[in-house]
Amino acid sequence: MTRSRSDLVWIPTFAVLVAFAVPWPLWGVDRVVAGLPVWIWWHVAWLGLCTALFALFVRSGAWERGMGRRPGRDVAGGDAPAPADGDRR
Amino acid sequence: MTLGLSLGVVVGYLVAALALGLVAYRVSESTAEDYYLANRSIGTLVLLFTTFATLLSAFTFFGGPNLAYAAGPEWLIVMGTLDGVLFAVLWYVIGYKQWLIGARNGYVTLGEMLGDRFGSTGLRALVAGVSLLWLFPYVMLQQMGAGEALVGLTDGAVPYWGGAALITAFMILYVAVAGLRGVAWTDTLQGLFMLSVVWIAAAWLVSALGGVGAATEGMLAARPEFGGFGGGTYTPGFIISTAITIAFGVTMFPQINQRFFVAKSAATLKRSFALWPVLVLLLFLPAFMLGAWAAGTPVTVPENANVLPVVLGEYTPAWFTALVIAGAMAAMMSSSDSMLLSGSSYFTRDLYRPVVNADASERREAWVARVGVAGFAALAFVASLFRPGTLVEVGGTAFSGFALLALPVICALYWDRTTRTGMLAGVAVPQVAYLAVVLSAVVGAVPTLPRTVAGGWDVALGLMALSAVLTVGVSLLTAPTEEEDASRFAVAGD
Repeated sequence: MTRSRSDLVWIPTFAVLVAFAVPWPLWGVDRVVAGLPVWIWWHVAWLGLCTALFALFVRSGAWERGMGRRPGRDVAGGDAPAPADGDRR
Repeated sequence: MTLGLSLGVVVGYLVAALALGLVAYRVSESTAEDYYLANRSIGTLVLLFTTFATLLSAFTFFGGPNLAYAAGPEWLIVMGTLDGVLFAVLWYVIGYKQWLIGARNGYVTLGEMLGDRFGSTGLRALVAGVSLLWLFPYVMLQQMGAGEALVGLTDGAVPYWGGAALITAFMILYVAVAGLRGVAWTDTLQGLFMLSVVWIAAAWLVSALGGVGAATEGMLAARPEFGGFGGGTYTPGFIISTAITIAFGVTMFPQINQRFFVAKSAATLKRSFALWPVLVLLLFLPAFMLGAWAAGTPVTVPENANVLPVVLGEYTPAWFTALVIAGAMAAMMSSSDSMLLSGSSYFTRDLYRPVVNADASERREAWVARVGVAGFAALAFVASLFRPGTLVEVGGTAFSGFALLALPVICALYWDRTTRTGMLAGVAVPQVAYLAVVLSAVVGAVPTLPRTVAGGWDVALGLMALSAVLTVGVSLLTAPTEEEDASRFAVAGD
């Protein structure tokens, strides 16, 4: 299974998510909004955004394709021992 | 009376955690895969919380608020970036691939995985040796944290060594009986517990100070520079260096790295990955803001003491402060029991069996593992009595040591052309260089080496780059040997 071209968009997406997890645009800004410095709100919103996009990444199938695998299979496929196999607990 | 109550809460909590471990022990099988990996059967909730609780230790619970108190709440951003976002991405890049390979070939440790791929007992032993070397200061950090915590809680009635000894005894007992299933179960309990107490603690302090706005105003009145992002300790070089070395280091931490092998299914890994940033935020926000807000209160924190227990002792009843300390002890225990368990698997499987005694029986191996754990923990306890640095300093040193392993491992996972010699060079040279830097700071005989390179970047960051260059460069110059088998890391076979 080859990875689809649209999957590549996740690479810059992750790069942006990591790079701006630090609120660089608010360097030195000291405005207080709703009781907390505004850059702390940026951080709160950013980690929320990360969770939303990570969930989307998982659902898109790009997760599996990124490893060169077919999406939609749950266990480690092929000859891999499925961890929930019969005689194993 | 109050002293008895406080100690009762902490000890009661330890006993409850131990009881849970014993239950887990009763359902465990006697195989190594069950003892170290709970038969790769861990579900989402437990995986999420065991990783969470394992990751969060004295470094987070005391070191973090201390740093926020002294230098400003930006520590929230540094830790949030590295733990919440960068680590999550690495969880996918390193963790998922490792899970696939581990499930296919039955690996239990990182050294075993690399040793098999490159047909090299030397590489296997090297990775295990390096890991145990850096695990040592980190176990020590937990003992230092526990010692300080009980001094703070009891106003010195329990001495520093007493707290450190208590947690050491507990860890040894726990790891000897419970195995990973017990560790994972108690981690879940401990993770939920520390999350709850830290939020209640923040709510309590905030209401005592008259609301979030008032708490922040008080903080800004005392330390105006805390309002603006950056400045002081928090230079871009510090933020980036710390975030990168710690996040990469964490993935190579034995106890975290082994979490990559234990998931029941890919779905479990995926759900945990997506929920991770929010979980991290939920703990760090109240914990570090408590430290920052404390700077605006009239409370004075004695030297060498942790800010969290001091400020809570002032604003909340004694039993609640004791609960928070129990929560912090939970964080330390859940980290250190996992560390010792992973450390013992590295020791027995990657050092003892392949190098010392290949024909050891399972029984003998289990015995060696438990004696190893006790010896390791006892040595770390003795070292912790010397208090070689602050919690954040000791932790940072260990993280950087682990971070140097990450890029060679990523190379091995994704680049078939990686050779054994490339791996050996990429792992060994930066480790020797970093060890020299660390030793030069504490041993007078070693000439002092710079801790930063290229104008303000952490030396570990420079050595990480060196490890990648060496792994790739030496691999290109050398040919794979006959024992090497890149197909061991293939996951696209279906």
